[in-house]
Amino acid sequence: MKYVDEFRDAELGRAVSAEIASTVDASRHYKVMEVCGGHTHSIYKYGVDDLLPPNVELVHGPGCPVCVIPMGRVDDGIAVARRPEVIFTCFGDMLRVPGANGTLLDAKAEGADVRMVYSPLDALRIARENPERVVVFFAIGFETTAPSTALTLRRAKDEGIENFLCLCNHVTIVPPLRALLESPDLQLDGFIGPGHVATVVGARPFEFIPIDYQKPIVISGFEPLDLLQSVQMIMRQLAEGRCEVENQYARVVPYEGNSAALRAMGEVFELRPHFEWRGLGFISQSALRLSDAYRDFDAEARYEVPNVRVADPKACQCGEVLKGVIKPWECKVFGSACTPEHAIGTCMVSPEGACAAYYTYGRFAREREVV
Amino acid sequence: MSHSGVSEREQRVLDVIAKQRARRPKLRDAHITMAHGAGGKATQTLIEGVLVPAFASPVLDVLADVATVEAGGVRLAFTTDSFVVKPIRFPGGSIGELAVNGTVNDLAMGGARPLALSLAMILEEGLATDVLRAEVEAIAQAATAAGVEVMAGDTKVVERGHADSMYLCTTGIGLVDERALLAPSNLRAGDRVLVSGSIGEHGTAIMLARGEFDLDADVESDTRPLWTAVDALLAAAGPHLRCLRDATRGGVASVLNELARASEAAIVVREKDIPVRPAVAGAAELLGIDPMYIANEGTFVVFVGPEGSDAALAALRAVEGCEAAVEIGEVKSSPAGMVLMETAFGGKRVVDQLVGDPLPRIC
Repeated sequence: MKYVDEFRDAELGRAVSAEIASTVDASRHYKVMEVCGGHTHSIYKYGVDDLLPPNVELVHGPGCPVCVIPMGRVDDGIAVARRPEVIFTCFGDMLRVPGANGTLLDAKAEGADVRMVYSPLDALRIARENPERVVVFFAIGFETTAPSTALTLRRAKDEGIENFLCLCNHVTIVPPLRALLESPDLQLDGFIGPGHVATVVGARPFEFIPIDYQKPIVISGFEPLDLLQSVQMIMRQLAEGRCEVENQYARVVPYEGNSAALRAMGEVFELRPHFEWRGLGFISQSALRLSDAYRDFDAEARYEVPNVRVADPKACQCGEVLKGVIKPWECKVFGSACTPEHAIGTCMVSPEGACAAYYTYGRFAREREVV
Repeated sequence: MSHSGVSEREQRVLDVIAKQRARRPKLRDAHITMAHGAGGKATQTLIEGVLVPAFASPVLDVLADVATVEAGGVRLAFTTDSFVVKPIRFPGGSIGELAVNGTVNDLAMGGARPLALSLAMILEEGLATDVLRAEVEAIAQAATAAGVEVMAGDTKVVERGHADSMYLCTTGIGLVDERALLAPSNLRAGDRVLVSGSIGEHGTAIMLARGEFDLDADVESDTRPLWTAVDALLAAAGPHLRCLRDATRGGVASVLNELARASEAAIVVREKDIPVRPAVAGAAELLGIDPMYIANEGTFVVFVGPEGSDAALAALRAVEGCEAAVEIGEVKSSPAGMVLMETAFGGKRVVDQLVGDPLPRIC
């Protein structure tokens, strides 16, 4: 594929790999967190780990939209989906996330009208085609997907569509990052910054990382060569004693972000005072709900939802995985009680989840012998 | 075997997973979900957890595409398949053509020359007779092309809303070729893995034909009968052929996983050698689907001993529709039951069984 293959070129990869090896201090161990689940997925899918020196360790971060949804929110979704008038729409991964009593896929098998969509606009189209039903879109994701939800809601309002609702679970990336950096559990040397989120919010919101916490962050693209180059840029900052926000993904990310997207988000959403994150607990001002102007489209305003906080299963350590405190395989139920087909935790469901990525792609990587 | 880069503790966890995967799966779900029809892990759980134990027989235990029955000194191959594809017509084919090719190809993959088909049709009230006629015509033409006759049949009609236009079921009988010594458990270290052409075209064509995504690409289903190709392979490399599999639901990745498990072998494929047409790669990239898991209806996977691989490849390439056949990997002995990929970028990863159902009702 044109414009993509260039970023998957093995020869260039080897060259950057050699550069990294010559930049790092061999006597030191480096821990770099990739914030975004899309990066985690790419790292395992392309085997990027295999091209890093053994003393550079990638730690997986909290930026996986499905992974951070707490069980109580899944139950809220299922309660809405079971209403006879509702066509419940969501992204495919969300279907398999377990709540307290099963998944949306189970609810579908039991008769709920649950449909997978690739975009909120698909959900709006279903609403147009089914005026006698109520179409609910279960919105998830960081600032990456929030603008498309916002634009869809804006269009619904413009067209006067009255049978379209949004159950909003959009979250923002900076509050959990700050929580991570405040946590004594984890000593990180630098961050691979979330390229897609930065496409919307720009690079500036990440300046607190070098300023307040003296860590380098490099905003990165999602191709394997992007990731390798970002690691190299972090290693160079560390070697030169610098810490700043650098933008490896400048071909897509403007430093000031996308003002049209930010405007749409500002119009449609407002900050929730607090929101529960799976495994991370309540984080204040970390999520979005619909603004007063869009109250008519808010599924939470239209329907009573259980809104019960459901404790994660005892054995599940998604929180520690999301914070990068433990590796996926260090979780007590990894690969035994919790597998991609019967997941206990969200990290095992989404392809962007660290557990699923490691289980699906990573188990036999890293210099292991095949005979 | 040393595993540099993996701690002892991690290794223990991986060993537990390997052991769990090797066990016969149990169906734990309270309901059938679409994932049980996708050809991946859930389908395997349904088959091995419910069906195989209920009908326990040495023939069924092999889990091949066809059963072999000895009768009067003749080895017959026997198989059945049902078709629920949506939409029923798509670029490159239709449900009727699939219903013939799907079943004759299962016979061919068992090394059997197709002899006879039965055809059962479940029709929805309100189906236009023109649509029915067109499919019957497609079935007749496909049968002629595959050199097989439809010799028995059944029709049922259900109320509107209970079948989506039509569902078809075909059962096939074939004569097992004497040159064919094929079984899923035959794979040995050193065997070569070939594919007969570029992958992922059928599933992509169906997906685009549904019009759910605003995507347009020139992709046609690869549905075609495969006995001619198998006949050529048997002639060129018969004794060296280990197993053949058409990579239908679940794609090439699912075939590789099934056989790695059945043979307790490892399979390593090279990403850079796997043929994927740009339109398929582009659509898959946009939708976040791996072409290795996308259904094919004509492309198949050949496992052949190293002595026969050159001859097999040459024979395949001489057959119409298989000109792009290529070697994509090799069988190894360890890690047993696993499929690995050397990525084009220079890394390594697991190619696991499919979980969930990215594209329902593909065939």
